[in-house]
Amino acid sequence: MTSSQLLGISTLGYLVASALYIATLIFKTKKSGVAASIVTLITFLAQTAGIGLRWYESYAMGMGHAPLSNMYESLVFFSWSIVIFYLLLELKFNNRLIGAFAIPFAFISMAYASFGSGINQEISPLIPALQSNWLIAHVITCFIGYAAFAVACGLGFMYLIKSSAEDKADTGLISTLPELRVIDDIIHKTMIFGFLWLSAGIITGAIWANSAWGTYWSWDPKETWSLITWFIYAATLHARFTRGWQGKRIAWLAIIGFVSVIFTYFGVNFLLSGLHSYGNS
Amino acid sequence: MSNKKNSIWSFFASVKLALFVLFFLAIASVIGTVIPQNSPPEAYVQEFGANLARFFQILDIPDMYNSWWFTSLLVMLALNLTICTLERLPNVWRLVVQNNLETDLERLAKMRPSKEILTAISPEEAASRARTSLAENGWKAKEAVRDNDILLFAQKRPWSRLGVYAVHTSILVIFGGAMIGSHFGYKGSVMIPETRSADTIFSFNNEEPIKLGFEVLCKRFTLTHYANGAPKEFRSDLVILENGKEMLAKSIVVNDPLSYKGHTFYQSSYQSYKKFLVSLTDNQSKENELFLVEPGKEIKWPVADVTFGIINRDMTETPYLYKYKIWFKDSSGVAEPFWVTDGDTISVSRGGKDYTFALKEFFATGLQVTKDPGVWYVYIGCTLMLLGLMVAFFLSHQRIWIHIRKKDAGTSLLISGNTNKNRLAFEKNFDAVNRSLEDKIQAAPETA
Ligand code: HEM
Repeated sequence: MTSSQLLGISTLGYLVASALYIATLIFKTKKSGVAASIVTLITFLAQTAGIGLRWYESYAMGMGHAPLSNMYESLVFFSWSIVIFYLLLELKFNNRLIGAFAIPFAFISMAYASFGSGINQEISPLIPALQSNWLIAHVITCFIGYAAFAVACGLGFMYLIKSSAEDKADTGLISTLPELRVIDDIIHKTMIFGFLWLSAGIITGAIWANSAWGTYWSWDPKETWSLITWFIYAATLHARFTRGWQGKRIAWLAIIGFVSVIFTYFGVNFLLSGLHSYGNS
Repeated sequence: MSNKKNSIWSFFASVKLALFVLFFLAIASVIGTVIPQNSPPEAYVQEFGANLARFFQILDIPDMYNSWWFTSLLVMLALNLTICTLERLPNVWRLVVQNNLETDLERLAKMRPSKEILTAISPEEAASRARTSLAENGWKAKEAVRDNDILLFAQKRPWSRLGVYAVHTSILVIFGGAMIGSHFGYKGSVMIPETRSADTIFSFNNEEPIKLGFEVLCKRFTLTHYANGAPKEFRSDLVILENGKEMLAKSIVVNDPLSYKGHTFYQSSYQSYKKFLVSLTDNQSKENELFLVEPGKEIKWPVADVTFGIINRDMTETPYLYKYKIWFKDSSGVAEPFWVTDGDTISVSRGGKDYTFALKEFFATGLQVTKDPGVWYVYIGCTLMLLGLMVAFFLSHQRIWIHIRKKDAGTSLLISGNTNKNRLAFEKNFDAVNRSLEDKIQAAPETA
């Protein structure tokens, strides 16, 4: 078994899991929910093994490095982070319906990694600037943050769907979703978690830049966009605890924040130019 | 205080301003990522037309992040943070240090969560059992007598209220560090050929030479490749010299710079000259000489009566590593060529004489040099920010009071709790405390 086979299976697994979670949401069948959790867990294990094996393979090829060095590997890790974050959330809040708003992100990320144009799946050697433990810390911290923001965005959609359905007094499938108050609370906690990791991600990135180039901050577009994202979430958190914003507004901000995350991640690589050129590889 | 609270003060103390400043900083930063920064003026004219380009120049957009207005936004953020903190910190500090045994008893009855336990034992006995029970749950209680009643108070992490202020202060510390860096530091670069040293670097800002006050010697530069030809490592063996004396030696690679007296030397580039460094030693006389050799040119070393030259190149087993064919003749008259791999040292014997022959491609290493006395403040600020965020998000100030008084024939214990955040978790804690308290209080009196 090779890592790319395992990762290919993971893509398929998350597709099945997404379908099962969405079916659970629509048909309110308990069994499909349990099946969704099981498929997700098994896929997650396969994906973890795939990442580990890819790491091992890179050593076998004589250019050993953690599998976090190009767009493909970062997408796989992004998907992995979303899933582990979601699974912990499912465990903590004991609610499977959130899966319908989280696991599809993990699937999209894997699918894009596997089929996206211009994404190179080869294990490639690390150029000298990328040979740094700070870089590994940087990528991991950023992606844990991004994963939390992805889930917060999914929860934002969940909130908006539920609240618009309640306005229309249309019960039915929507009534199975958690209470608005609960969703709002989970969005807030998820964002806080993401903000902490994004802060750590920006800081480790700055330390890495300083050890490689002697500049901890150079206003390169990727850096700047991560800061823009950070500003958005900082403003959102302040609006909540000092001005009492809640509910729909925060749900929208969770979505807007994630759009900024996505732009930081992809938009900068494809639309702007800068130091972080690994979108091109 | 009151005369300070004029309208300017309250303007800068408001969180609304913070939201606006964060919003405008975000928007402005977007502009800077969409419009290329620090390109030559002609580039803007070409891309955006003369009028728009002039407009950009007026607003300093080509160097936006250093423009007066972007700097003003950052100054606004700093002022906003400082004044907001000055405005709120005294009250928060009071909450951290206040004596909670003086709390108004009326307020305790209204607090949520709260719970009353009734028991037959005496107030003193109840207080003593309550203290033990709190201690068993990790709460250290203080005690006071209030209007003939007993008040117990215990709290956890009052200092956690300061976490937010640590975060806000950390931003100011980072700004401070960045300012120190930009006023007292500089960045520059220098190209040092192997075996040579440099005592001057050239500033990035204005190409001005800057004296280091010491010398940097590049002993050796090595470049290695992956099998596919991508560069694997750039390595410079550097030595710091002061008055000709070796002070420090370090081999640097990208991501692992050398620091000396506030200067940091980063591996940033290299230059190849298509020439070779040859070190030749006559092992009998111990004479040694270093030559810079161009391929195909004949080199004479009269001291040992040697003549040599590089006449051919070939690949080795290792990708991108080459070996060179050397033509070599001394007084013995034998002129048989031999091969030497780049970077290797070999022995050559000719008619009873021994030589040590070392060859490597000649490079210059490109170093970036930074002096940034502010970077440690930035790092301290970053650490403070992360610690502060964790405290602000995950730790809460939890308080429990127990008001113990005579009621009817027995004793009443009113347990009240308060937390500044994360109510749910606190209520779980509070229930646990209550359960164990109830068990202790209602247990049979200990036999005397
Ligand atoms: C980008 C910069 C900023 C960051 C990262 C930041 C971060 C934080 C954090 C983490 C909290 C604590 C949230 C909690 O209690 O859960 C907080 C609270 C707060 N921040 Fe900021 N902040 C920033 C800028 C500002 C500015 C400019 C002001 C100016 C007025 C401000 C005013 C406040 C206030 C009033 C609170 C509430 C304090 C309380 O709960 O007593 N912040 N901030």
